[in-house]
Amino acid sequence: MPNMSPVKNEMPSQAPDVRNKNFDEVALGYAPETAIEEAKRCLNCKHKPCVGGCPVKIHIPAFIEKMAEGDFEGAYQIISEASSLPAVCGRVCPQENQCEKYCVRGIKGEPVAIGRLERFAADYHNARVTGKPQKPESNGHRVAVVGSGPAGLACAGDLAKKGYEVTVFEALHLAGGVLVYGIPEFRLPKAIVQKEIDTLKELGVSIETNVVIGRTVSIDELFEDGFEAVFIGTGAGLPKFMGIPGENLKGVYSANEFLTRINLMKAYQDERTTPIMHAKRVAVVGGGNVAMDAARCAKRLGAEEVYIVYRRSLEELPARKEEVEHAMEEGIIFKLLCNPVGILPDETRFVSGMKCVEMELGEPDASGRRRPVVKENSEFVLDVDAVVMSIGTSPNPLIKDTTEGLDVKAWGGIVAEEETGKTSREGVFAGGDAVTGAATVILAMGAGKDAAKAMDAYIKSKE
Amino acid sequence: MYSIVRKKQLNETVMLMEILAPQVAKKAEPGQFIILRATEDGERIPLTVADYDREKGTVTIIFQIVGATTKVLSTLNEGDSLADFVGPLGRATKTEGLKKVAVVGGGVGCAIAYPVAKKLHGQGCEVHAIVGFRNRDLVILEDEFRAASDKLVMMSDDGSVGEKGLVTDALKRLIESGEQYDEVIAIGPLIMMKFVSKLTKEYNIPTVVSMNPIMIDGTGMCGGCRLSVGGEMKFACVDGPEFDGHQVDFDEAMDRASMYKDFERHAYEKTCNLFQREVE
Repeated sequence: MPNMSPVKNEMPSQAPDVRNKNFDEVALGYAPETAIEEAKRCLNCKHKPCVGGCPVKIHIPAFIEKMAEGDFEGAYQIISEASSLPAVCGRVCPQENQCEKYCVRGIKGEPVAIGRLERFAADYHNARVTGKPQKPESNGHRVAVVGSGPAGLACAGDLAKKGYEVTVFEALHLAGGVLVYGIPEFRLPKAIVQKEIDTLKELGVSIETNVVIGRTVSIDELFEDGFEAVFIGTGAGLPKFMGIPGENLKGVYSANEFLTRINLMKAYQDERTTPIMHAKRVAVVGGGNVAMDAARCAKRLGAEEVYIVYRRSLEELPARKEEVEHAMEEGIIFKLLCNPVGILPDETRFVSGMKCVEMELGEPDASGRRRPVVKENSEFVLDVDAVVMSIGTSPNPLIKDTTEGLDVKAWGGIVAEEETGKTSREGVFAGGDAVTGAATVILAMGAGKDAAKAMDAYIKSKE
Repeated sequence: MYSIVRKKQLNETVMLMEILAPQVAKKAEPGQFIILRATEDGERIPLTVADYDREKGTVTIIFQIVGATTKVLSTLNEGDSLADFVGPLGRATKTEGLKKVAVVGGGVGCAIAYPVAKKLHGQGCEVHAIVGFRNRDLVILEDEFRAASDKLVMMSDDGSVGEKGLVTDALKRLIESGEQYDEVIAIGPLIMMKFVSKLTKEYNIPTVVSMNPIMIDGTGMCGGCRLSVGGEMKFACVDGPEFDGHQVDFDEAMDRASMYKDFERHAYEKTCNLFQREVE
């Protein structure tokens, strides 16, 4: 008999006024009995609309059925057939726009908490798993993966399982890409990422850190070295700025820099020497998930007031609803319909304020969203001493500039076939943000998996 | 990996280290840089390549002990290994087609200017090297510069070595005496590069400067190394580190370089105290 409660079982979390002072994980995870109770809300519908909403097509009703029976390991096994990083995706996927959006229970109430169940199954497995995964027998073919973020890790995992000898090249000193430098500890504990990477290594994947493809080694040299196919999953790239006066003042960060100092370089830990400004009043410009992460980090570093400055209204805010709610609970102030026009210096050239204008929504623009227009005579100064620009990125030029015959789109993203990741260069595949521009972890993972399939077919076709 | 095969103190605060890093050595060119972490948990710092030996697979770095990280780095010895060493990053110095160049180095910046002079000299370009130091005790790479140039002018603030005065004084005199340079390459403190660029602008001599701003990843991700060049925002790591000296906003770059001054002083003192305690 299904559990007919119209609402999800609540996720136990650290209290907002406690968690906004530490970097420990916010959401604490279901207890086993809650997980079973939540799993029982699934109607196990025949047409499985949820699966259609999942970029990697996890057999959702099947894993939830196992959960309802209390067979958490069985549930994990079903998830891991389709997903390479369940503990990660259970935490950072925008489920409300994917699987949960199509859940039949969502029609008259809240959908089944698919993401929370996925997370539970993965954590259950990770806490109990003993013994190493069997390293598959090598098929003798070598493939290279550029970038160790979600796209690269997913691609590497699938290829390793098929017997390929996979080498992942990472520019930073630590593998994980955006999972380690971008997403904060309190949303995605780094130990979880490390565990997923360790699992890949046990599958035989070799990870070479400190190698910048396009500088240390070129794509052509990878082929000369005997790699038969290459996957490019280099992520989003150079941070964008607004082009307003004062953006190079001291105290203005890109979200990438701010988050990297905090997450990768652990600037929040006293024993580390990584410099970071401990600002009192911080404005984060932008409305995406990255902006929410930056704002919540600033608060945790001790800022008294942290603003999200976004030029449209709450309705258009691109961040996940859950992230916005978490941010609001933690005391982040939302300055909506507000746009910066200049950053002001103090006498030492540090930030002393941000000049903004109020906006109102006009006619819909090309994106279908109502276009924000400036309200006349609405200029005011927001009193802040640091600004974090979180308005997106533009593609990194390193590989494009050093790889002949690799086509890119006008905006710089790599041209790649959607289903296969095939690029204009034979044997070169690409996926994730390097192709699509900034998107989500799960979409990148999906692209990595699709490319793995296509790379396998490509190499077999040459035999 | 990344073991220190040679360590040499060049003066009281400047140190040379030759690091085993075959992949980096294979590709490194003058003008490029590396990023290293001395120890696990350490900071990432960018340092420009001072020399490389493709056969031995080594890259030489020369650094001044100015902060916590360089202090820790200076305590490592031959045989020790660095935690990380990545590169070569940035674009190489463009040397093609240059027939006569003045290479201007200031202080520890001479370590970066030297490989550029060496490469130019090696390809038959006439090189006039002008190097400046605060005083005799701080001179580095004198013999190397002598070997890599057709003319070497040494300047010092106090006249204890070479002539008393600034590198710009020497450069101006050479230009005024009729020397015609295709290009001036200036590498040193921001203030020196600013004034070299100001001088050469008057004479319309193309001038290249090497910027060494704050950065983290060095591959175009963090944007910390941004600077204004000709009114446009550039990233030193992917667009540079060398730029047209006549276009760089040096005042802004100097501001930005001072962002963590207080923080760094504090970290440096903390680190020094730590070593002091270990010694005691």
